[in-house]
Amino acid sequence: MATDDVEPGMAAHDAWPRPFRPRLGARLGYVLHAGLAANQVYARLAAWLERRPRAYRAFTAAERVTKQELFGCRMCGQCALPATGYTCPMTCPKQLRNGPCGGVSPTGTCEVHPELTCVWVVAVERAEAAGHGADLDLLQRPVDQRLRDQSSWVNYWQGRDEDLWTAAGDERPLLRRDLGLAPTGVTR
Amino acid sequence: MSLREAFAAGRFAVTAEIGPPRGADPDAITRKAELLRGWVDAANVTDNQGAHVRMSSFAGSLLAMRAGVEPVMQLTCRDRNRIALQSDLLSAGALGIPNVLLLSGDHPRFGDHPDAAPVFDLDSTQLVWTARTLRDQGFLVSGREVGTRPGWLVGAVENPFAPPRSFRARRLAKKVAAGAEFCQTQYVFDVEVFASWMARLRDLGVTERCKVLAGVGPIRSLRVMEFLRTGVPGIHVPDEVERRLRGVPGDRVADEGVTMCVETIQRVAAIPGVAGVHVMAFGYERGVPEILERAGVGRRPALSSSRSEGLGHAG
Ligand code: SF4
Repeated sequence: MATDDVEPGMAAHDAWPRPFRPRLGARLGYVLHAGLAANQVYARLAAWLERRPRAYRAFTAAERVTKQELFGCRMCGQCALPATGYTCPMTCPKQLRNGPCGGVSPTGTCEVHPELTCVWVVAVERAEAAGHGADLDLLQRPVDQRLRDQSSWVNYWQGRDEDLWTAAGDERPLLRRDLGLAPTGVTR
Repeated sequence: MSLREAFAAGRFAVTAEIGPPRGADPDAITRKAELLRGWVDAANVTDNQGAHVRMSSFAGSLLAMRAGVEPVMQLTCRDRNRIALQSDLLSAGALGIPNVLLLSGDHPRFGDHPDAAPVFDLDSTQLVWTARTLRDQGFLVSGREVGTRPGWLVGAVENPFAPPRSFRARRLAKKVAAGAEFCQTQYVFDVEVFASWMARLRDLGVTERCKVLAGVGPIRSLRVMEFLRTGVPGIHVPDEVERRLRGVPGDRVADEGVTMCVETIQRVAAIPGVAGVHVMAFGYERGVPEILERAGVGRRPALSSSRSEGLGHAG
């Protein structure tokens, strides 16, 4: 679990995000993503899960365990990993999705947790090493806070992630809602 | 003359900083504003800087306007969600605050209320994007239309010195794509690194769309230098600066620090694409005119009187 690197006496801080160095190589991330890429079968699975609260809960729990272990995932429900060198931006204490803040120390450590490397320093390294550096120039839209604790895989397969980010310079609107993509949420 | 006019005229722009007081004394703002009036195009009014509770930057901005100094209202993502941020942006528009500066903000963990909830509902790039959408398209993040649109200029910040350095110019490029029209940087003590960051900005075409103001300030004691080194996140003080300050007798450190600041202004002014300087004086506001004068940056043309009158009503 994501808590095993918490030093004694620091457990209280775990309620807030802490930078997490992924345990899965970025390249492997891109490969696995291809296996999870949205398609008809997954879309049907996602729709089926959303109709069955118990199955949905079990599926979401499995996603949580896996992604917490690998990426320190905080279950924002709208996964940014494919655009960040498979480094979770929600583990940034400021939850910045568009790149690092100005407080990174000269050695690359986090302003808030000086004993840990800034997630964005790691993200840039990983994305660039995997040949995906250009992803970091994408503009990431605001987080839909209603999706917290939902399965990001289900949301992705349901097509709700299609406009999470946009290329800088293409003047598409800030709003995801404009495109009819307002997530409906899942009642549990 | 306003910051917007200075930019439009291509005149070397000068901004400074006014930190609101911990208390309800309006004169604390007025006094600082009076020291700067006539010497700066605008002054930032900080938003609970360092996550320490202060008078709001909104109130401070109005007080600065009344005192004849154009404000740059800072707004951070730390304490407000998107509802409150947009509300403050509209309010700033309603009261004629001409510039806003949008940033992530220091984490509460190092402020005077480490037990506070960090909000960070939007990040700084998203906040810039929100502001641009509000002003130019007339929409809130929710998609609802706003009535009268605000008219402020949108600013952002960047730290050219912090890792990942290779990404720092691109990060500003993102903010500019999102709508930033001017940018103030972290303190420039290492002009070489700053110059290479500027070169990268020019390559990316950022300087054509965004006015870059280099952050400068005088280090007037060894204690301040140590504080900058260790106590403030994201500041890079190169060894050469330390050598120079330690190389003079104790009673000359303050002068040497001011001289170095003057030299830095002159050096950054010579870099293509630099539109001005942002002077952060660490409580040494009274020294700002001297620094500017020695650097060869003259007094500003006065604010037009119609503007100050208009602001009087607003206050
Ligand atoms: S779902 Fe959200 S919190 Fe989880 S890994 Fe992806 S971006 Fe991070």
